[in-house]
Amino acid sequence: MSNHYIDLKNSDVILIMGSNAAEHHPIAFKWILRAKEQNGARLIHVDPRYTRTSARCDYHVPLRSGTDIAFLGGMIHYILTNKKEFREYVVNYTNASFIVSESFYFKDGLFSGYDAKGRKYRKDSWVFEKDARGIPLRDMTLTHPRCVFQLLKKHYSRYTLEKVSSITGVSKEDLTKVYSEYSATGVKDKAGTECYALGWTHHTTGSQIIRTMSIIQLLLGNMGICGGGVNALRGEPNVQGSTDHAILYNILPGYLKMPAASQATLAQYLEKNTPKSSDPQSANYYQNYPKFTVSFLKALFGDKATAENGFGYSWLPKLDDGKATSLMHLFDEMYKGKIKGLFAVGTDPAVSSPNTAKVRKALENLDWLVGENIFDNETYCFWKGPGVDPAKVKTEVFLLPASASMEKEGSQSNSGRWVQWKYKAAEAPDDAIPVGEITIRILEAVRALYAKEGGACPEPILNLKWDYKDAKGRYDALKVAKQINGYFLRDTVIEDKAKGTRTEFKKGQLVPSFGMLGDDGSTSSGNWVMAGSFDAGGLNKMAKRGKDDPTGLGLYPNWSYAWPVNRRIIYNRASCDIHGKPYNPKRKLLEWTGEAWVGDVPDGPWPPQADRQRGKYPFIMKPDGLGALFGPGMAEGPFPEHYEPLEGPLTKNPLSGQLINPAIQIFSSDMDRVANADEKFPYVCTTYSCTEHWCSGALTRWQAWLLEMQPELYVEIGEPLAKEKGIENGQRVRVSSARGAVECVAMVTKRFRPFQVEGKTVHQVGLPFNYGWLHPKDGGDSTNFLTPTVGDANTFCPEYKAFMVNVTKL
Amino acid sequence: MEITRRGFLALSGALGSGVALSSLGVDLGPAKAYAAEINKMQRVMAARQVTTVCCYCSVGCGLICSVDRNTGKIFNIEGDPEHPINEGSLCAKGAGFFDLTEANKYRLRKVLYRAPMGDRWEEKTWDWALERIARLVKDTRDKGFVTRNARGELVNRCETIGHLGSSNVDNEECWLMSVACRSMGLVYIDHQARV
Repeated sequence: MSNHYIDLKNSDVILIMGSNAAEHHPIAFKWILRAKEQNGARLIHVDPRYTRTSARCDYHVPLRSGTDIAFLGGMIHYILTNKKEFREYVVNYTNASFIVSESFYFKDGLFSGYDAKGRKYRKDSWVFEKDARGIPLRDMTLTHPRCVFQLLKKHYSRYTLEKVSSITGVSKEDLTKVYSEYSATGVKDKAGTECYALGWTHHTTGSQIIRTMSIIQLLLGNMGICGGGVNALRGEPNVQGSTDHAILYNILPGYLKMPAASQATLAQYLEKNTPKSSDPQSANYYQNYPKFTVSFLKALFGDKATAENGFGYSWLPKLDDGKATSLMHLFDEMYKGKIKGLFAVGTDPAVSSPNTAKVRKALENLDWLVGENIFDNETYCFWKGPGVDPAKVKTEVFLLPASASMEKEGSQSNSGRWVQWKYKAAEAPDDAIPVGEITIRILEAVRALYAKEGGACPEPILNLKWDYKDAKGRYDALKVAKQINGYFLRDTVIEDKAKGTRTEFKKGQLVPSFGMLGDDGSTSSGNWVMAGSFDAGGLNKMAKRGKDDPTGLGLYPNWSYAWPVNRRIIYNRASCDIHGKPYNPKRKLLEWTGEAWVGDVPDGPWPPQADRQRGKYPFIMKPDGLGALFGPGMAEGPFPEHYEPLEGPLTKNPLSGQLINPAIQIFSSDMDRVANADEKFPYVCTTYSCTEHWCSGALTRWQAWLLEMQPELYVEIGEPLAKEKGIENGQRVRVSSARGAVECVAMVTKRFRPFQVEGKTVHQVGLPFNYGWLHPKDGGDSTNFLTPTVGDANTFCPEYKAFMVNVTKL
Repeated sequence: MEITRRGFLALSGALGSGVALSSLGVDLGPAKAYAAEINKMQRVMAARQVTTVCCYCSVGCGLICSVDRNTGKIFNIEGDPEHPINEGSLCAKGAGFFDLTEANKYRLRKVLYRAPMGDRWEEKTWDWALERIARLVKDTRDKGFVTRNARGELVNRCETIGHLGSSNVDNEECWLMSVACRSMGLVYIDHQARV
């Protein structure tokens, strides 16, 4: 989240799209309702299905799954043609005025630089024209035909009401209603926010859906303000933290880039990943990238990381340039027999991964599997699953008992980046221990073997700093937390020229802010974004429980610790005009006094940008310092474009000659079957959760109270389709796709209604994804037997939200 | 962290007024349930109070675990009214948090092992399992380790072992896993943030 949960109360218009917040984030929804009660906020729900979120919103607008970019692109068109943008903000705080290279173009669904064979883009034309100093050229009148603003206008001019309505199945009246109400927040004293969840990320165009909304928020001046932002209501208790700490193939902790094979030395890696800016008004905060990297390597390898050995950089694994190794790639390789061993910690991919039949077949190819969890699940028991003969499965399986959340000390980060400390309430039962302790003990055992026997590349294993146990030999969360924060490794003097201060720190003291990290090995930090979670004296800020709220905006600066540097709303300098005066005096997030910023922790101490000598632009993490309406970051283009899902009801994209996202990877094993616009699978299908179950249900299905509320798998079918198929409420049915099938109960409902798409009637159905064969015995198996192995072109988030099925009576 | 219990739990001392009615043939079901609640409230007041954070969605609601001072066992978990986000309230899953404790009969308690071609779990000790896992990890890693790629670039990676999970363990545990994976050279590293 750019903002945080309580801040939802500060909004005037809340667009909930790609989320069923009332059922999946009920407590977050309380703050959404408070906005309605206290500010008279308008609540809008856009979703294929009518849910309890729709019931509490002012109105619900159904749209066909997978057409969100068309819907939002139409909103950009509406804003620009009706001049609803917050002009001053757009001119000063975004790159709308930048002049784009003459070589850039867009034609029939493709941007310049497309390589059809590789299904990827060369991005050298997605750039700006620069002056002799290297600063982007700008036209502050926004009239230059190649300025970003005019290109944006041109790109979305194709997203007319008629076209968008025909693609999405939303009536023109409903489109206009949402567009006009939401774009009314493009003024100084109104805030609009957007809440999304897996309903946006689970598409082959997921990242670009979110980017489309980000563009809208920048046009309306809704970024960096109270009650604004683009807010992911994330679905797991520490998914923010697990992302920050990079249990991911593509990044290292603190969003440092995964080293590529072509970057042989630390110097090459840093050169490639440290952004440069020639504009003196751009803070370009990532210019500090070498400090974050070297401090990370020092946290990893301690004294073994020296300037001479590039701080151990060469020991890190490197991926071939452009190579991805996500979950879907993992199972694809496992299916081919190339993966021999797997750790599956607190996860149940035999239920939760797309194309379940392929995943379960792949598991049979493993030599060994190590599971760590508090309950058994379908992954750990794959060898005795439906249709599997244990006598033919060679895999050695270990199932290690773990402590539950309240049985261990440590921190969790919520979606609003609040890192909250929790305490151990009781011992775990019998032999169960924390996952942290299991990790420590496994690596200790591996290390002992390497110390004794040698082996392939032993250095990173033997040189890893690995002393995170207490005096009794148990896992010590506090010790790890301090290592993540980081230490001064030498006596250090920090001079702050702006403030005129000089502070001395001793070797062994904790680093109180990432601004003090060095690139010379003088500091360590396991994750730079967390540097500052302790003060230099060792005070754990994550454990703070102060209830004071000096701004009255619900920032609670003394409750827990929010990264970065306890900033509660990021990009917050954009809530003020270029002189530092708050745009909305009623919700004064930040104000420049002439000497300093007061309010939230500002995005940097510099004066506002009207000070041409010392002032900085507000978007300090962007190289140019401004919100990027146009940029090279995405795989499929600098502007989002509507493409159909991998499987959909259409044979032609109504907007261009490109039916599906041209930059997605196509998996092509014999089990990756696809059926687009196929009469055998005529219905659009989507998947979702319920309040009582969580994700694959691997925790909640073992709980009697929750299971009683939601005992088994069902498919929701709209009344017209049920009538057409002769299916009655409560009957058992079979739902099938090109990849597999599940049997379940039919729930005939008014919640799904057919869409009119390109002149045809299109029905949509939906199923929850919370069930698996292991428990309860008659609850139904994984919905993901239906879903395809395909993902977003940038993130490889699977497309669980739009694919094609058939439904038949049993 | 131990915190002071709020005053509202002190409101009812009216335990027992219905107990004497049992001999009169009155249905005592509701009265007994009420008495059990009162009993629990008294136990809660006497308990050690420990704060925690919910383990489901990412809102980060606060909870209070009541721990019996004699047995060290958790016997009640409820929303933390002082928490600024949830203000004491919880959803259905959070309200059922207690069912994740050892009170749940399905909790894993022992190290389990399934041998090749086997059809059942066997109980093992930690030492046995760790030794065997370490052997398998080392042999798999040594055999499949890629020092240089096809272009001759130094890559130091292990492509034959994958690591999945988890976003429902603590930050410190996430960091340890992330770092352990890198030290072993793993590249097939992923978790729920993507799915």
